[in-house]
Amino acid sequence: MDFSAIIPALPGLADGLWMTLKLMALGVLGGVLLGTLLALLRLSPNKLLANFAATYVNYFRSIPLLLVITWFYFAVPFILRWITGEDTPVGAFASCLVAFVMFEAAYFCEIVRAGIQAIPRGQMGAASALGMTYAQSMRLIILPQAFRKMTPLLLQQSIILFQDTSLVYTVGLMDFLNAARSRGDIIGQAHEFLIFAGLVYFTLSFAASQLVKHLQKRLAV
Amino acid sequence: MISIQNVNKWYGDFQVLSDCSTEVKKGEVVVVCGPSGSGKSTLIKCVNALEPFQKGDIVVDETSIADKKTDLPKLRSRVGMVFQHFELFPHLSITENLCIAQVKVLGRSKAEASKKGLALLERVGLAAHAHKHPGQLSGGQQQRVAIARALAMDPVVMLFDEPTSALDPEMVNEVLDVMVQLANEGMTMMCVTHEMGFARKVADRVIFMDAGKIVEDCPKEAFFGDLSARSERAQQFLAKILQH
Repeated sequence: MDFSAIIPALPGLADGLWMTLKLMALGVLGGVLLGTLLALLRLSPNKLLANFAATYVNYFRSIPLLLVITWFYFAVPFILRWITGEDTPVGAFASCLVAFVMFEAAYFCEIVRAGIQAIPRGQMGAASALGMTYAQSMRLIILPQAFRKMTPLLLQQSIILFQDTSLVYTVGLMDFLNAARSRGDIIGQAHEFLIFAGLVYFTLSFAASQLVKHLQKRLAV
Repeated sequence: MISIQNVNKWYGDFQVLSDCSTEVKKGEVVVVCGPSGSGKSTLIKCVNALEPFQKGDIVVDETSIADKKTDLPKLRSRVGMVFQHFELFPHLSITENLCIAQVKVLGRSKAEASKKGLALLERVGLAAHAHKHPGQLSGGQQQRVAIARALAMDPVVMLFDEPTSALDPEMVNEVLDVMVQLANEGMTMMCVTHEMGFARKVADRVIFMDAGKIVEDCPKEAFFGDLSARSERAQQFLAKILQH
């Protein structure tokens, strides 16, 4: 084992890590936004909307992420061509991001829904009694409390996404794992680079989940 | 001010309110009492349309609740309500609790809202707690803040849904004192409560409910005066709660 080749490769690996973090951050942001919207639909008294959201969630939770990524890689350009009538190259990054957002939204939806349902019903009653509309009550009273309650769960889910971003290698995107593997392969030291990549994933994920645990304790008070 | 006209409400097959009718005039204080499950809380929640009802109508300050065209949030902004479990917003400070609806619903400026909020906080004797969060106050203090929050909207009528039932006994009076003061100032009030001392002191009329029906609806003097003139169910109820 010779780890010395990793040092000159560090800038390239850093680029890969940046890609991974970018995918995670944007995936979480989009996933939480879409997931919140889905959660509101699922809790809506309108049966049609609630069923639509439930079907969406159940569908995306029943298929592998890898499938969604490859599927979107082929589907997104095709759909765009169908809409715009011309070839619109979107690239692997955009299609992966769409896949992550759509997939993660299903999980975030359930977290947000549980968070909303954990707020006592009287809060909605009090907000309504003060003359707030449903949208105002949700935005000003219910969601701020719900998000506070579910922050640890959202972060935990984000850590899972951090690891799952490695699946983008299937469509050739240079994330951290792909950057490490390809560099190791070229110089014939695949093992060293993969061990190093594993250490980095472990360190970041473990540190983040310790942070979440700490946060959980603080928010519980 | 409030006219309840033949209100009927069902949960599935179960009828919670049957043919409830009564009036609350401007400046009047009406106490609603009755055993648990008699529908008194449901009835008061129908008055600001927090609970829907299937038949009949309630007219609050010339606005009909059953009318599909009525802007219910707007109506509710003119009707103050105080809940059994206070329902202050725990993620906001006391000042923010008092201001949020004034700003977001009535469109008042932040400065105007907090001036009004602080004046009311002063009135319920809690000005020193303005910067705190609800979790840092006792139950009685929270309920006084909740009353101030409702008053900040300049309501035409105040509804109280068992405002003292969730309080420790020693905190009941501080809340009742605020309510008595409010009644003496001429506020129109409808209160679901078992505090018969409060009813004796300030109520104009007492309504007694049982099994979803209004069984008694009479002036306070009559209600507490000649018990033998009351219905049997009301006599049983009063015998139980007036003993102590």
